Amino acid sequence: MTALTVSALTKSFGGLHVTRNVNLNVEPGERRLIIGPNGAGKTTLFNLITGELTPDSGSIKLFDHDITKVPSRRRAHLGMARTYQIITLFGRDTILHNVTLALLGLSPARWNPLIDLKRQGHFVEHAQTALEKVGLGHLANRPLAQTSYGERRRVEIAMALTQNPKVLLLDEPFAGLSIDERRDVHQLLLEIPRDVTIVMIEHNMDVALEFAERITLLHFGEVIVEGSRAEVVADPRTREVYLGH
Amino acid sequence: MSARLFALAVGFVALLTLPYWMQGIYYINVASQILFYAIFALALNVLVGYAGLVSLGHAGLFGVTAYATGYMLQLGFNHPVSLLVALLVSLVSMAIFAVLSLRSTGIGFIMITLALGEILWGLAYRWISLTGGDNGLSLKTRPEPFGYSLSDVNAFYYATLITFLISLAAMAVFVRSPLGAALMGTRDQPRRMNALGYHVWAIRFWACMFSGLLTSVSAVLFVYYTQFISPQTLALTSSAEVLLMVISGGAGTLLGPIVGATLVVAVKTVVSGYIERWNFLLGAIFVAIVILMPEGLVPGTVRLWRLMWRKRESGAIKGGVGAKP
Repeated sequence: MTALTVSALTKSFGGLHVTRNVNLNVEPGERRLIIGPNGAGKTTLFNLITGELTPDSGSIKLFDHDITKVPSRRRAHLGMARTYQIITLFGRDTILHNVTLALLGLSPARWNPLIDLKRQGHFVEHAQTALEKVGLGHLANRPLAQTSYGERRRVEIAMALTQNPKVLLLDEPFAGLSIDERRDVHQLLLEIPRDVTIVMIEHNMDVALEFAERITLLHFGEVIVEGSRAEVVADPRTREVYLGH
Repeated sequence: MSARLFALAVGFVALLTLPYWMQGIYYINVASQILFYAIFALALNVLVGYAGLVSLGHAGLFGVTAYATGYMLQLGFNHPVSLLVALLVSLVSMAIFAVLSLRSTGIGFIMITLALGEILWGLAYRWISLTGGDNGLSLKTRPEPFGYSLSDVNAFYYATLITFLISLAAMAVFVRSPLGAALMGTRDQPRRMNALGYHVWAIRFWACMFSGLLTSVSAVLFVYYTQFISPQTLALTSSAEVLLMVISGGAGTLLGPIVGATLVVAVKTVVSGYIERWNFLLGAIFVAIVILMPEGLVPGTVRLWRLMWRKRESGAIKGGVGAKP
């Protein structure tokens, strides 16, 4: 059984083929890195996997369950979580409320118009614990607008993790971070248990290479090279297209 | 916080005792008008303030309830039956309204609601067999719940006040609830909400229905108050007026729409008795609000209040340090 299977996935915007016949098999617990130059279709691939975009053809399976036609909001309920390249959080609210919204998203209580959300102890405690785990417990009640970029990255990851995903898609989690912040996020990712499968897009080769077990190289929407870390790094095409000489 | 509670308590007592200190039937009637328009503004605020969806067609829905009530009464049904049917018709209309306009957000949503509102206005104007056209519909009586005739000015005021307080309480509960939090989430980050597992469309739909329910409630009070309904009520200007109430008071706040409704109704009814060009005055007030407090009167006042207190506190600390030898 594979955690995530993408078969013959195709997507084009008008005449632009952003995803061409992409196949991907990610094993349970695997750490997969997706690399490729700008415009290679990495984020589009994520958007197809999470269902924010509909593929022209091909299929996507989550633990052998075909989710190609499942709306993206349902995919969250099936165990898929993601972070965004451009931080997408609730700026008017506190960090704690951001994480609470992530918890609430999978709970039937999200439809309840009558209870007081702040008095739902289990949500608040659970969210607080999730923040402790990413080292933001002491900032729980700070408005998001007053946090640093690195803290927001960790909030995004905390939100994804509180949903107990089986498959976690990280879109450039190290982008824009300082060296210290990068180290914090790296540590955080290393602590994620192995029952979570991680697919990550990243350009920061020093941290990303260390993290990844298998690497997929995308170029013009196509998978050019795929294999173990050593294989892909050694491959001449990787140097040609991406790493440079 | 205690200042807020105190202000709310004073407001509540003032409303409760209004007929005893307010001199003249006219002013008690104005108070009733303020209260039912406040409910209407609360209704629109669900969409404008909490869902981030600006509707310019709410007067159309308001009119549907008012006409439905009037028409049922004209057919000879009693008040409770007419009211129930009117509410039902309004909620069905709201559902259709929502399904059509929620195909879009932002400017698209505004334009669709505007168009739907105009269609309803056109129907009210032209479907003469049902609406009486330009002549409108008249209601002969007001209801008499539990033996209190609402023809009495004070009785009508209290009935309106009770309805208003229930509506306000419903809003307060909704805003604090998980569904309320989800609605505000869809306002700020719909894409993220979808990825977190929320059904963004459905959340917005239920927000529309809640807004529609409050709109109908206010429309029922309106039509019993005026005992008359004509196409004028459904016109675009009416929709814009309520929108101005919400925005001037403070969209996305509980009390803002109430303050906005008070301002607009007071200028329209009371001040217009003294100043012929009251429309001009209202316009000038709105311009002043937009320049001085773009977030609305309630959040703007809170901001100024905090600023004042902070200044005073820091002044006190300085004084304290200086006084210590």
